[in-house]
Amino acid sequence: MSLLRPTAILLEKELRSELRSRELITTTFVFVLMVLVLFSFTFDPTSTESRRFGAGLLWLALLFAGSLMLHPSFTREQTNDTLAALRMAPLDPVAILAAKILANFCFLLLTEMILLPVFAALYNLRIIGVLAPLFLVMALGTLALSTVGTVFSAVSSYARMRELLLPLLLLPLLTPALIASAEATSGLLDVSPSLSISWTAFLAAFDIIFLTVTWLFGEYLLEE
Amino acid sequence: MDTASPKSASPGVAVEFQHIDKRYGAVFALRDVSLTFGAGECVALVGHNGSGKTTLLRIAALLARPSGGLLRFSGDGMEATGGDIAAKRRIGLVAHHTLLYDELTAEENLILFARLHGLDHPQQRASAALGPANLSRRARDPVRTFSRGMRQRLAIARALLPGPGLLLLDEPSTGLDAAGQEWLGEVLVGLSKDGCTIVMSTHGRRDADGLVTRAVRLAAGRIQEDSGPGGNPDRVLASALAGSEGS
Repeated sequence: MSLLRPTAILLEKELRSELRSRELITTTFVFVLMVLVLFSFTFDPTSTESRRFGAGLLWLALLFAGSLMLHPSFTREQTNDTLAALRMAPLDPVAILAAKILANFCFLLLTEMILLPVFAALYNLRIIGVLAPLFLVMALGTLALSTVGTVFSAVSSYARMRELLLPLLLLPLLTPALIASAEATSGLLDVSPSLSISWTAFLAAFDIIFLTVTWLFGEYLLEE
Repeated sequence: MDTASPKSASPGVAVEFQHIDKRYGAVFALRDVSLTFGAGECVALVGHNGSGKTTLLRIAALLARPSGGLLRFSGDGMEATGGDIAAKRRIGLVAHHTLLYDELTAEENLILFARLHGLDHPQQRASAALGPANLSRRARDPVRTFSRGMRQRLAIARALLPGPGLLLLDEPSTGLDAAGQEWLGEVLVGLSKDGCTIVMSTHGRRDADGLVTRAVRLAAGRIQEDSGPGGNPDRVLASALAGSEGS
């Protein structure tokens, strides 16, 4: 069986499960919304101030919400040891990781797309003219967050103190991607918005490297 | 209860453990275990809690990598070592946990695993598997609404779905009522007649009565007794049962 077919089957299972429980999307949505609302009260969200702080604030909120969402990715497979059933199936184990990465990417991106207008309204920013490049940057940054987060969720799922371990592993590795995401987003929120090719290319390279590493070593990440 | 047995398994798969060690840190769960289960054998693994039964089954199910030694599968033209996808196609497992998704329905669970095993007509196979397990009427209900016994029957139906040549069962009668245990017995007899290799861990004689052709007793990760292929498993089963009652 190729990688695509089992990945599609497992992605469908992930989406179906989440649409039924809505646990991850709801938690992430509420968390990011609370952070954005709270910070909108801590400083005067004029356009000038928001352009300075908005991008960093948005990605910080997404990082914490992401780590909150990514943690149960593998731990909820432990309830009935369903990961064992997946590992016993005659498929490339990378498909299990790929489906989780794609599912987390979809959940995070969906949350971001719902919250982006709220962010623009609360922080007095105009994003209509830069929607396409903003979507590109958000997608690349979210893919980085989902890939690294899902991989470390798998690594930490069998560990003691896993709730603490995931952010500890995640934050240092994601720092370069977050800086690039914040810088690229900041350029798009500027008075004369422009897409930073260098930061966007950096994000794309980050994604390609981590996806390749996951593809190469994914089999070993899921072993007990 | 509908007692029809599932469609026959694929021809039996032999499994060979060569000097298998399994360590968790400094603790040995298995130590130098060498066993060969021939195609079509029905083996009972007996021993106290912590004797290594579950670890041996998880190694045979390719879920745990041995710390040392070699695992080989053969049968029906297949030669595979641990981890081969060819071997995965032929192994079924009923574990301590149900290996089922609580938020999916019984039917969705079976369809998911049928599709992952690359089986044709997953919908029909799922329906066909639910009937004998007496779960047809609850096919569209989420597994989280099932009783422990119903979950166990579904877990057994899931393990049988691909028609395994090697069926591994870890205390399979857990949670089953008398009718469920009777159904399980009939399923295992049917599979055994079809040549499926069955290896099950058990604490009680009831699981093993009239079915097993061989019994292996483990203690502290080592083989203590093995009735051997073609031998009489009753003495090993009786001594294990006496030991567990005594303890």
